[in-house]
Parts: sequence; structure tokens; C-alpha cells
Amino acid sequence: MLDFNILFPSVLNGITTGAVYALIALGLTLIYGVLHIINFAHGASLMVALYGVYMLKQHFGVDPYMALPIMVPTMFVLGYALQRGVINRASHGKDENILLVTLGISIVLENLALLFFKSDTRTIETAYTLTTVEIGPAFIALPKLVSFAGALVVSAVMLLIVQKTDLGRAIRAVSKEKQGARLMGIDVDHVYAMCFGLGLASLGAAACFLMPAYYVNPQVGNGFVLVAFTIVVLGGMGSFAGALLGGLLIGVVESLGGLLLGESLGQVGIFVIFIVVLLLRPQGFFGAKA
Amino acid sequence: MKDFRNIVLFVLIVGAVPFFTQSGVMLNFVMTALYACLLSQAWNVLGGFGGQFSFGHALFFGTGAYVQAIAQMQWGLSPWVALPLAMVFAAAVGAFVGAASFRYGLKGSYFALVTLAFAEVFRILATSVPFTGAGVGLMLPLKESAANMQFGNRAGFIWLMLGLVTLALCITAWLRHSRFGAYLQAVRDNEDAARAIGVNPFSVKLIATVLSGGLMGAAGAFYVQVFQYIDPGIAFGAHTSVEALVGAIVGGMGTLWGPLLGAVSLHILADVTRNLFGQLPGINMVIYGVVLIVIVMFLPRGIAGLGTITPLQWLRGQKSDGDKP
Amino acid sequence: MSTLLQIDGVGKSFGGLKAVQNVSLSVTEGCLSALIGPNGAGKTTLFALMSGFLIPDTGKVVFDGQDITGQPPHLNARMGLTRTFQIVQPFAAQTVRENIAVGAHLHLPSRAGALEFAESVAQQVGLTPQLDKLASDLTVAGRKRLELARALATRPSLLLLDEVLAGLNPQEIAEMIPVVQGIAQSGVTVLMIEHVMQAVMSLAQEVWVLAQGQLIAHGTPAEVTNNKAVVEAYLGHGTAERLQKNAAQAKTAQEVKA
Repeated sequence: MLDFNILFPSVLNGITTGAVYALIALGLTLIYGVLHIINFAHGASLMVALYGVYMLKQHFGVDPYMALPIMVPTMFVLGYALQRGVINRASHGKDENILLVTLGISIVLENLALLFFKSDTRTIETAYTLTTVEIGPAFIALPKLVSFAGALVVSAVMLLIVQKTDLGRAIRAVSKEKQGARLMGIDVDHVYAMCFGLGLASLGAAACFLMPAYYVNPQVGNGFVLVAFTIVVLGGMGSFAGALLGGLLIGVVESLGGLLLGESLGQVGIFVIFIVVLLLRPQGFFGAKA
Repeated sequence: MKDFRNIVLFVLIVGAVPFFTQSGVMLNFVMTALYACLLSQAWNVLGGFGGQFSFGHALFFGTGAYVQAIAQMQWGLSPWVALPLAMVFAAAVGAFVGAASFRYGLKGSYFALVTLAFAEVFRILATSVPFTGAGVGLMLPLKESAANMQFGNRAGFIWLMLGLVTLALCITAWLRHSRFGAYLQAVRDNEDAARAIGVNPFSVKLIATVLSGGLMGAAGAFYVQVFQYIDPGIAFGAHTSVEALVGAIVGGMGTLWGPLLGAVSLHILADVTRNLFGQLPGINMVIYGVVLIVIVMFLPRGIAGLGTITPLQWLRGQKSDGDKP
Repeated sequence: MSTLLQIDGVGKSFGGLKAVQNVSLSVTEGCLSALIGPNGAGKTTLFALMSGFLIPDTGKVVFDGQDITGQPPHLNARMGLTRTFQIVQPFAAQTVRENIAVGAHLHLPSRAGALEFAESVAQQVGLTPQLDKLASDLTVAGRKRLELARALATRPSLLLLDEVLAGLNPQEIAEMIPVVQGIAQSGVTVLMIEHVMQAVMSLAQEVWVLAQGQLIAHGTPAEVTNNKAVVEAYLGHGTAERLQKNAAQAKTAQEVKA
């Protein structure tokens, strides 16, 4: 049961899934690191993006990977609008309000999806959905490999944006010292909205990578939200490196957990880790103090 | 004092309803409205008075529900014994989660996340474990009688729930007029300041969690008696958690009547929506979500707060840099 | 008169920063003492260490004969040691009366009793007209008084006041000083962190000076303000000498003229 031929594919699968998890967690990290808000709407937003990819394929025949240039900007705009138009206005600056507003958004999104798409689980079929690639004793689905690569690329792009561009500089300034940044002439509201937009844009990309190998229904958001939070907390709130490594780790844990305990109980492992980390080391392994 | 007088009035008026109408629709409405009230009242104890927002309150609901079912079906207990037992179990879960969370100083978003995680864990466990009926759930055998807490008509259920709601009202009123309540609200408003003047935040928050959990467990037990069925999704799913918190927030957190105002308003809204749009899946929750956002945006003190904040104050708004979790 | 609070060799570091180093001081019962020092000296940290908000890395804190090192603040309050905060921390959503009542509840379990006692404490600090106002509606001066009243309601034997005069204009300071004096005269031992020298000079019987985490002087207000090390801590190295030289020169100039 524990021999290499069984473990290796499981681990490999976990890594490929983990890369996408990492991408999802990166967006959350960016949002938390800068806005210091826990975006409860992150999972629901991913779900919306997944439906977007689904619709593009079903109704317009657009291949998920080709949908990247559509999904990413669309999600960016959605994120910008949500932050600027709803979250910012509703929160009155108080953290507890932001918590409730993002929860409200997630409820609305999830149930609008339920309304329009019913609760059926949907998948898409592409030419390469069933193609596998042989790596050692493992047969990894081609879409998963592509998503692995894609997730890494997009993560790298996001990191570059934050480190090398003017926007990135502004983001870093605002996250460290909001008032000071404001005094320097940075439009903090705009930066916040850009951040949120980037966070959701990364979800747009993640959805394109996920959809070929995965599925969508109105509830998928919930599962992803907690997994994403687990990663972010594990890696350390606000740490990109932590989110990346955490994502890979969680992917592997989920895969091995599913192998050893069965699909559903395997998921429990993740939440238990989440609770334990939250209780014992909320700053994660790479993060600054919580 | 005034609060208790009002509570007595409330009990008399609502309790008399079954004597004034035989309409099944009306009675059903009163019963389900009271049920919604209890959910929000339970959440209000910890969320409104204690300032600790739980996003996974279904955890306690589901515990109560399953205990109520299992105690009857597997331990052969009378439902009237099972009910307090369910409350105790739910309260115990509250003690566990509260102790763990507050021992490690979890607050704000972190606490909300942890409660969500616990609810999810319980949901998954309930799906996998045989004695909860796994994914299929448990069905309470039908045996109508008052002794079996399965009332032939809604009146019995109304009075039962009225009793529980009254219990919640009394507890809430006690929070408003006791040292414990003062300490709890002090911790909510400023934990450090409270510590400096002799309040032990850990024990205060823990007790609030226990009370809140117990009341929520009662609601879960009630659900099982009325609908004679429970499964992991109903027990630990987000729907109940959301209903509890939105009702309390919409009505006014930290007040005596706020949760009832909010719960009933939402209930009416849901009914109206159902009449207008039919049984569309998810439409209820969409409304709850929108209402939540709107209330937080424009009326953060909830409906009950309408009297306490003047339009001028509202326009000036509350601009403050909130604390980090 | 006995020693009410004694701290020995107390120290606390944050990472590489030694916020408080080897500080020993004692507070005599019935006295009003002051803890002064330039900004960043570690005064508030010292208060936090005394009152249990921080646990010292080294040293002991003994209150009323009992070792309370690292004991949580609420237990210290129950023993009679209460502190206020530099940045006021009112229970914003509650009224002045309710705020003070929370403090009163420490020794009064009954709600009615606590509310009643709150009224008398409010009178002591001059907040009676504001009793039913929301704490968030008070001015800075009002909030300072509220902070004071709330702490007072716990019937402390030792009150640690952290910059109770900060942020007040001269008029408000002049009104607050007698309030603090009144508290001290009613038998409460007070240790105050203060920057407003006028208050220190007029109120304090004993002054401790903290600079860069260490105690550099101790004595009466007059002794301490003439202490060279203290002058230098506030005004920089060499200032004391320069001041002395200027004074000597001025004296000689006067003598020459005469």
C-alpha cells in the first residue's frame, strides 16, 4: 500500500494540484497582505471564474487555455469594481464590517450561481482532457501538467508585478504604511482596488487551468476557500513564498490523505491542519506577526 | 424591570396566537419565525454581546440535532430528556471550540475562520461516520404525541419554541443587567481595557460561547422534532450559520429584541420572495446576502439601531481605522 | 510607610531591542510618584511589565508583599493594582456610567450597586454632567477623566497613570491636576508617567527617571531636574555642561557690570 509506485503518482498529483492551490492562495495573500482583509468571497469568486470558463467553452467553443486573455482581465475588472464599489463603501473602515461584507458577497455569488446554473456539477470536454503523460510509474493527466506550469508562470508574473513595477511599489508602500503612502500622493483607494483586481485576476487564470481537469458547481467555492486559507495561514499571512510552498504542501497532503483515508476524510486532514496551525502558529512559517 | 415586563408581554401575545387562528399557514409561519428568532438570538449572545463573530454556528446546531436524533433512536431516551441533553452536548462543543480559540487568543477574522473550519470538519465527519447515518442522514420515526414531542398540529411546536425563545430572551436580558454581561460587553468593546480593570477575557468569552452553543443546539434539536430528518448538509451547512448571523446583524447586534426583529423581517422577506418568484433555488440566500451587505453599508446598528442613531450622525459616518485581527 | 510596589532587576527585550534593562524601583504607600524620561525610554513598557500586560524576561515584581511577576492584569486589578492607557481606551459604545460601572463591578457584583458607585466616582473626577453620554461622544479631556474614573472604580491601592495629561490644553491640564491630587489625597498610591513637567513638579513627591530602558536618576523633583544625567537624557550630550558654563558666564558678566 505504501510502496513507491503508489505514493509517487499520488505525490506528483498532489504537486500539480498544489500549484493551482498556490495560485489561488497567492491572490488571497496579496489581498490580505495589502488590504489586511480576509476575503471571504475568494472561493465564490473562483467559482464564478470557473463558470465563466465553462460558459466560454460550452457556448462559444473557446478552449480554456485560450480563454486566459478573456478571463484574466474580466476577473480583474470584477475585482476592482467589487472593492471600489462595494467593499470599500460598506466597510466604513472597520475590519468586522469587511468580514461581513465579503461574506455577504460570497453568499450572493454562490446563490446566484445556484439560481442560474442549478446545483448540477458540470465539466467540460476538451481534446486533451483524457491525455496522460507518463512520468516514471505515474500517469499524470496532461491538463494537470499544463496547469502546474501555468500556475507557476502566473505566480511568477504576479511576483514580478509586485516587486518590479511602479504599481507594485505603491502596493508595498500602502501595505506597510497606509497613511504615509497617502501623504506621498498615492491614491490608496485605487491601490486597494488594483490589489483586489489582481487577486481576482489570478483566480481567472487559476480557473482556466483548473477547469479541464476539474469541475464546477455552486458549492466548489467553499472547499477552495478553506483550502486557500489553510495555505495562506500555513505559509504565513502576507508571504508569497509561504503561499507557494504551502500550496504545494497542501496539495500533497490532500492527495496522500485521500489515498490513505478516502476522498472525504482526506479533506478533513486539511481542515485539521488549518485549525491546528491557526491555534498554535497563526503567523505561519514564513509570515510576519499575525 | 422593563425588559422582563416586555418579555412577559411577548410570551402572552405570541402564546395566545394558536387560540386565535386555526390557519395552518399562519401557524406554520409563526412556528418557523420563532425558530429563526432562536437562531439569531443564539448567535447574538456570542456575536452581538461578546463581539466574537462566528461564521460556523451551524456547528452547534448540528450537534444538537444529531444528539436529539441519536438519543431517541439509539439510546431510547424520551425526546424531552434528549432536548436538554442536546443542549448540553452543543454547549460542550462550544466549550471545546471556545477554549481552544480563546486560549490561543484568536479574534476577529481568525475566530470566524476557525468556527467555519470546525463546522466543515464536523460536516465531513458526519458524512463518513455510521452512527450519524453517514451521508444519508437520520430519519426520526413518526409517532405523534405530546409525550413524544411530535405534536399533531403546529400549536404544540409553537409553544415549545416559544419556551426556548423565552429562555434566550431571559438570558439576553440577564446579559444586559448583570456583572457578567457588563464584563462580556467590555471585552467586546476593548479587551485590554477590560483586562486592566479586572475582567478575565478568556473565561468571559468561554462562558458566552457555551451559552450561545447551548441555545443553538436547542434549535437543532427542535428542527429534528419538526422535520423528523437530519443530514450533514442541513446540520452543519452554511445555510444555518448564515441565517443565524444575518438575522442578528440585520435586527441589531447586542440588543434584546434586535435578533427577533431581524429574523422575522428576513423571514417575511423570504416568504414574500417565494410568493413572487416561486421556489427558485438559492433566491433566499441571495436576498440574505444582499440584505447583509446593505445593512452593513447603511445601517450597521441594524433595525434596532434606527432609533439610536440620528440621520446627522449617520451621514457623518463612522470613519475609524479598525483593529487588525 | 511601607513599600507597596517593588520591582527588582526587571528587563524586557523585543528581538534585539532591550526595551527595559535591569530596572529596580520602589513605590511607597500613600505617595504620589512620577516616572519620567524622554520618548522611547521604555516607560509604558515598564508599566506593562508591572501590571502584567507583558511578562518580564528578568527580574521580579512584588506588590503588597506578594510576587506578581507575570501575573495577568485582571488578577493584579483584583489585588488592587490598576493601570490606565496612554492612548485612551474607552468602551466606545457604552455610556460614561456604564463604562465606570465595569470597573466598579470588580468589588460590586450587583448591577444596581455598580451603577450607583459609578455615579459617585464620576463625581470625584467631575464627569457628573456626562454620565449618560456615550463615551465616543466625549472630548479628549473627557475621555481622560473617564479612563481615570474607570480605574478608580476598581478601588485600587496602586494606580498606574500613563500620561493622563497628554493631549490636554493648558486649561484642561490645570483642571485635571487637582483631580489627580484629590485621588492621591484620598489614600490611593499613584505612580504616573508624565511629560508635563508642571504637573510633575507640583504633584510628585518622588521622581524616577528612565532613559533608554535604564534608570538614570531618582529623587525629589528638584533633585532630579538638576541632575546632569537627566538634563543630558532630554537635551543631549554635553548640554548640562554648556548650561552650566552659560550660567557661570552670565554670573561673571553680572559681577563685572556691578
